[in-house]
Amino acid sequence: MAIYFQFWKDMIRQVLIGPRIYYIWLGFLGVLMLIGSAGYYYQLRNGLIVTNMSDQISWGAYIANFTYIVGLAAAAVMLVIPAYVYKIKAMKEITLIGELFAISAIVMCLMFVTVDMGRPDRFWHLIPKLGRMNWPISMLSWDVIVLNGYLLINLHIPGYLLYKKYRGQPPTDAYYMPFVIISVFWAVSIHTVTAFLYAGLGGKPFWNSAVVAPRFLASAFAVGPSFILLTLQIIEKYSSFKVEHEVYRVLKRIIAVSLLINLFLLASEVFKEFYTDSAHSASAKYLFTGIDGYVLLVPFIWTAIVLNVVATVIYASPQWSRGMRNVNIASVCAIVGIWIEKGMGLIVPGFVPSPLGTIVEYSPSLVELAVCLGIWATGFFVFTLLLKAALPIEIGTVRHREENWEFPRSSSWP
Amino acid sequence: MTQEKFTQRPSRLVEKKLQEKLPRREFLKGMIAATGVAAAVSLGTKDAGASALSDFFKSAFFQKHYKEMTPDEKKVVLARLEKETRERYGVEVKIGDPPPLDGVEFAYFLNLQKCIGCRRCVYACVAENNQSRDPQIQYIKVLEMPEGSLDVDEGEIFYDHEKVPQPGKFYMPVQCHQCSDPPCTKVCPVEATWKEPDGIVVIDYDWCIGCRYCEAACPYEARRFNFTEPQIPKDEINPNQSYLSNRIRPRGVMEKCTFCLHRTREGRYPACLEACPTGSRKFGNLLDPKSEVRAILETKRVFVLKEDLKTHPHFYYFFG
Repeated sequence: MAIYFQFWKDMIRQVLIGPRIYYIWLGFLGVLMLIGSAGYYYQLRNGLIVTNMSDQISWGAYIANFTYIVGLAAAAVMLVIPAYVYKIKAMKEITLIGELFAISAIVMCLMFVTVDMGRPDRFWHLIPKLGRMNWPISMLSWDVIVLNGYLLINLHIPGYLLYKKYRGQPPTDAYYMPFVIISVFWAVSIHTVTAFLYAGLGGKPFWNSAVVAPRFLASAFAVGPSFILLTLQIIEKYSSFKVEHEVYRVLKRIIAVSLLINLFLLASEVFKEFYTDSAHSASAKYLFTGIDGYVLLVPFIWTAIVLNVVATVIYASPQWSRGMRNVNIASVCAIVGIWIEKGMGLIVPGFVPSPLGTIVEYSPSLVELAVCLGIWATGFFVFTLLLKAALPIEIGTVRHREENWEFPRSSSWP
Repeated sequence: MTQEKFTQRPSRLVEKKLQEKLPRREFLKGMIAATGVAAAVSLGTKDAGASALSDFFKSAFFQKHYKEMTPDEKKVVLARLEKETRERYGVEVKIGDPPPLDGVEFAYFLNLQKCIGCRRCVYACVAENNQSRDPQIQYIKVLEMPEGSLDVDEGEIFYDHEKVPQPGKFYMPVQCHQCSDPPCTKVCPVEATWKEPDGIVVIDYDWCIGCRYCEAACPYEARRFNFTEPQIPKDEINPNQSYLSNRIRPRGVMEKCTFCLHRTREGRYPACLEACPTGSRKFGNLLDPKSEVRAILETKRVFVLKEDLKTHPHFYYFFG
């Protein structure tokens, strides 16, 4: 037990000390978090009226970001599969980073759901047994369960492995491998459940499509690894953690395939909507071409498509994807492009036109933007702290040291 | 004995403590602690946030789901809600809780040939059900439709003419259809909304967490969200209220048409029907073979909106 406390103490010490750039980065995130908190406080005082959401468009930036980030969390699995299923040793070293990334992403998800609630004080109604959870009928209750379960799994695996490493002992497979296997399926489930949240609504034809879940997974498996690819380079720059070339090669391949599938699924949806051209295609029409002069989303979706195509072309071309610089550009394009596609391109048009045919447009208010920014900053903050604590243990610079005398093991012991 | 719920615990413990005869010293200790808390609370009351916090600890936070409350607990809650309305609005109101009647399944019929689109129903509803006036919340939407179409996308909600009806148009009011298979209750993560035995879909405003998933799921746009504290002039508050229908809603929760269940469960008509000058609205018990609504169902050309979604509404349109 004492060693366990020492482990935490050492990690906290790691988090508190660091080079100047580390403090500057945390300070910068801290300022953004303060801005976000101010926005949220204002929202709590005045109600959700300070957002631009309405009875017609009842979900906006918060739920859009939530949907996107669930995908980021799910993407950790794209590191776990090559590492543990295909047994690529180099990947095994970085699964830790993927899991810490997943933890930060879920923290953001939970925050986004909370800020979207009209009555956050009643959160306990969602807790099984205490409240009255509508399980298994409501997809939202499934979401609560799978997200929190995923958080626990991703706290357990790296926590256990780090502790073992800290003590200089080999980990016992039985204590974490079953969870690794579960996490693979669980990761797919979190994004599938989120997709079913939308796909299950018969009254919203734009969402009521079987391709929503596959599209979510494809885009998530492009964006998540893209984030990790960029993160790894930053980690390499600022720490002595070394990433093998093999890792980048595997990540690139995953992103390339995911981007291609994502684009193909998008094309399938567009074909179905525009070739059929029924009354059910009104939302798609609003999104891609605008209806009756309402064109707010049109520039967004075309920007997203251009970014996605650029990212896919770079990644799919063996020549262009060779250098790290091109790949980084393509990753940023994918991250931004898919973020637009999930938010302005999926959540908002689902509500337009409304079920009774009214067209109301939506773009987030300043308060919503501030709160979103604050939550993103919190996610990066958490991720930074987690990495700061975990990497030294992973590298081996922080280890448990016996302060007592060594227990003699020779036969001379009386 | 059934297992005690977490939410019941605090109130039981308080009751137990009150019943015990306290030794003098304990009593004094308690007094000192209570004074401390009271001082802290009174210091904080200047701030709306802190006063909300103290309210929260008083009881509302721990209130149980409507379906789990005993009759006695309901009485306490109703009394508290009446007191809150008195404190906030300075109005004496009576909040009841009429139960669904046996052998009754309510249905609404709307004669499209007679409706002239005057929207008197909309405003009667707002007045009857204590909806917020600013921003104004309306349960009924009247669609101005071009003749020859039943596609709601062709309809116009924001029409504003000197005179109605306009030539070449007909009018289609839409409100909660009280579906038999409601998508809204299905998606609610906390069972804050459900269908009552008389076919009315209700909301426990004190249990709703404000996630707005039901609003996204409703194909009839029947749900309204309290984006801010409802504003109702004091002299316009309807004092005849009930827990599941027209009591003044808190901020951050859903609300919707309940077929005026505080009236209809007592044998009266909904407010929108009484306000209608043309008699286009018909309301009654579908299970009563001699009722007017059954006669309409059996003799008129009746249809429902968005039948393909299989929501099986209790709200029908007819011609004639």
